Amino acid sequence: MSDSSPLPPQPSAAAAPTAVAESLSDGEWHRLHPLTPLFRGGLFLVVVAGIVIANLRDRLIYLFLPWLDEDIAVDIDVEDMQGGDPIDFIIANDLYLVAGLALLGILIVLIALFYLSWRFHTFRITGDDVEVRSGVLFRTHRRAPLDRVQGVNLTRPMFARLVGMAKLEVVGAGLDSNVKLEYLSTANAEAVRADILRLASGRQLAERRADTGTPTGPRAPVRVRASAVVGAGLNGLISGAEEPVAEPESVVHIPVGRLIASRLLSTSTLWLLAIVVAIIVGSIAGTPWVLFSLVPALIGFGAYWIRTITRSLRYSIAPTPSGVRVTFGLFTTITEILPPGRVHAVEVSQSILWRPFGWWEITVNRLSGRGLADGAADQFATVLPVGTRADVERVLRLLLPDLPETEWPLVFEHGILGPRSDDPYTNTPRRARLLRILSWKRNGFLLLPDALLLRRGAVWRTLAVFPLARLQSIGLEQGPLDRALSVAGIRAHTIAGRVDGRLGILDRDAALALFDGVAAATVAAANRDRSHRWAGDDPEGEPERADVPDEAEAVTPGPRQDGAVHAEAGPIRSPQDGEERP
Amino acid sequence: MTNSPESTGPTEVTVSVHASPIAPETAENDSAETGVLDRETFDRIREPRAPGRLPLGDGTWHQLARQYVWVQLISTGVVMVIVLAAVLLLTLVWGQWWAWIPGGVLLSILIWTVAITPRQARAYGYQLRRDDLVFRRGILWQRVVAVPYGRMQLVDITHGPLDRGFGIAQLKLVTAAASTGVVIPGLTQEAAERLRDTLVDVAEERRTGL
Repeated sequence: MSDSSPLPPQPSAAAAPTAVAESLSDGEWHRLHPLTPLFRGGLFLVVVAGIVIANLRDRLIYLFLPWLDEDIAVDIDVEDMQGGDPIDFIIANDLYLVAGLALLGILIVLIALFYLSWRFHTFRITGDDVEVRSGVLFRTHRRAPLDRVQGVNLTRPMFARLVGMAKLEVVGAGLDSNVKLEYLSTANAEAVRADILRLASGRQLAERRADTGTPTGPRAPVRVRASAVVGAGLNGLISGAEEPVAEPESVVHIPVGRLIASRLLSTSTLWLLAIVVAIIVGSIAGTPWVLFSLVPALIGFGAYWIRTITRSLRYSIAPTPSGVRVTFGLFTTITEILPPGRVHAVEVSQSILWRPFGWWEITVNRLSGRGLADGAADQFATVLPVGTRADVERVLRLLLPDLPETEWPLVFEHGILGPRSDDPYTNTPRRARLLRILSWKRNGFLLLPDALLLRRGAVWRTLAVFPLARLQSIGLEQGPLDRALSVAGIRAHTIAGRVDGRLGILDRDAALALFDGVAAATVAAANRDRSHRWAGDDPEGEPERADVPDEAEAVTPGPRQDGAVHAEAGPIRSPQDGEERP
Repeated sequence: MTNSPESTGPTEVTVSVHASPIAPETAENDSAETGVLDRETFDRIREPRAPGRLPLGDGTWHQLARQYVWVQLISTGVVMVIVLAAVLLLTLVWGQWWAWIPGGVLLSILIWTVAITPRQARAYGYQLRRDDLVFRRGILWQRVVAVPYGRMQLVDITHGPLDRGFGIAQLKLVTAAASTGVVIPGLTQEAAERLRDTLVDVAEERRTGL
């Protein structure tokens, strides 16, 4: 983006949201919400204002609080008005008019730039792609194919929420491949999201009005609507209502108390305790001054806890026709919809601190269009921040809709809680138990027709589920120590994320059998999989049924795929061809 | 990138032992590929001796070109000469005797690398099965990976100046998972190009979602 400086605040009447457009996804080019530059430049404006105020601090105090001027006057040095300070210069030479005009000129230029950048920032949603064009001098044109959409997020930062705006982010399948539409009015954003997902699923747009119930209420005068939206935004902040779209009911409810307790009982707390102990020992053994370093440590941890807790507040997860809808965040609310077949790995884990309470956490590996180092990536990886076993069951059923009913006991009874007496998992052999002293009875795998389950850890218990239709490849590893004990490790390769695919110390022959089994099952599962257009031929929106071999899929339906991803053309079409135009 | 025209080798169909022969697509083309792939390569995979090793299994393993060892030896040798020269310069001209400490560590690592290079090169192998490519490497630390053809996102061929001099190239297979990490370092250039074309064709035919 060539220009992203701030727009000076406009009168508040302009804060009225535009009405819900008849359809923003009709294949034509549309513009974003006119207040967009204000919000995008808002942060920049605050920073600039901060710098200006910081530099003029003394002068402002001198101006408005003259009774404090005894010691300040010395700093300002009123005598030397011809000095380097531009404001002194203006005052000394009576250049108020010139300065005012210059300021006005800058403002006009900025507003014009913003208007231009807004005018040139357009988007289009067709049956095949989402496209965004932006930039005035340096044009950017980004297009994301719909059948590679990995999810759609609706982020509503605090201030944007107050005036009923949201940013929409279409998650693509590469690094920095997301297409962002910021900002739209919340109602528009919800409608656009529903349309994108419907188009991506392969259904027709015509069915749209029937099932979304896009809100088109009676039109009120602008000012009334503006105040109503702000009021609703304020209410929403407190009550957590998802205006204006009816929120599907969450299958999980996390009490605030449990959430706070779970964050306090996290592994980072152990680190804090370790640090505190180290500091106290240090202050006893060395100088007592070391104790003062407790303060920054506590402040840092406090901020961390507050951040993680506010992020996870207002959590909800619910099934929708287009995928799993996850909402979280107190101040900045993120609602995201994960279409079926976009989850590459799921892990249920429990630290030892949570075991007395029976709490579990669920994380997933998915393409969020962000690097691993990005802080927000972590947020998108956690699907259930803390939940009881019943919660875990419900969320897993949403995330892995294809697992047959008969296989769920293998996940819950044996995988998550196991091992039981009739353990179906293949575990670390007894001869190698010294390499997994605590967990050797639990450390094992189970290969199902369409999922690989890896069960690990006795202190930190985890169960990782890898849907075979998403598994990229499988590896077998053996070091010298393993060889001496005739064991080997396997590693399921998925897209990068927090779920690790490694499982060490398995009997060598079992690992070899697993390797062959997974290699064959992956190919079969991938051929059966049709989730890239998950409701394509099937108006019920029922995603892939595992037992229908579908050779039509192998021959790549539709014109979409031929150009989209050539093996040598790169992992995704993350198109960003900038053509220059004066 | 040299972009040599399709250099097809002698057409012969290698019968593989396993029930999964070479990818059928290639077999129906002309099967020249096996000839190209196995020209000037090693002929036996080097394995660890312990009985608990990961066995070779069935099927034909293709191996690296013999020149790969020379390329590796020369490039390691160049680094060794540079390190040695730097250390000698520091000690003899400026009298910095401590330079032998890092220099010695570095040199012994390089000597060790040179010593195991020929063995290492023989441990690489790849197999074109019906639905996937199997890749193996390593003797002390063995690693075997199976990549379904449909999962390949791109095939990358690189060759440096030294590689070009010896006519070899490196082929890298990329899937959506960074951990797949299949890099076949020393193929003859014809083999690399033939393999790339085959893989791209097969991948295109069996494309699956991410």
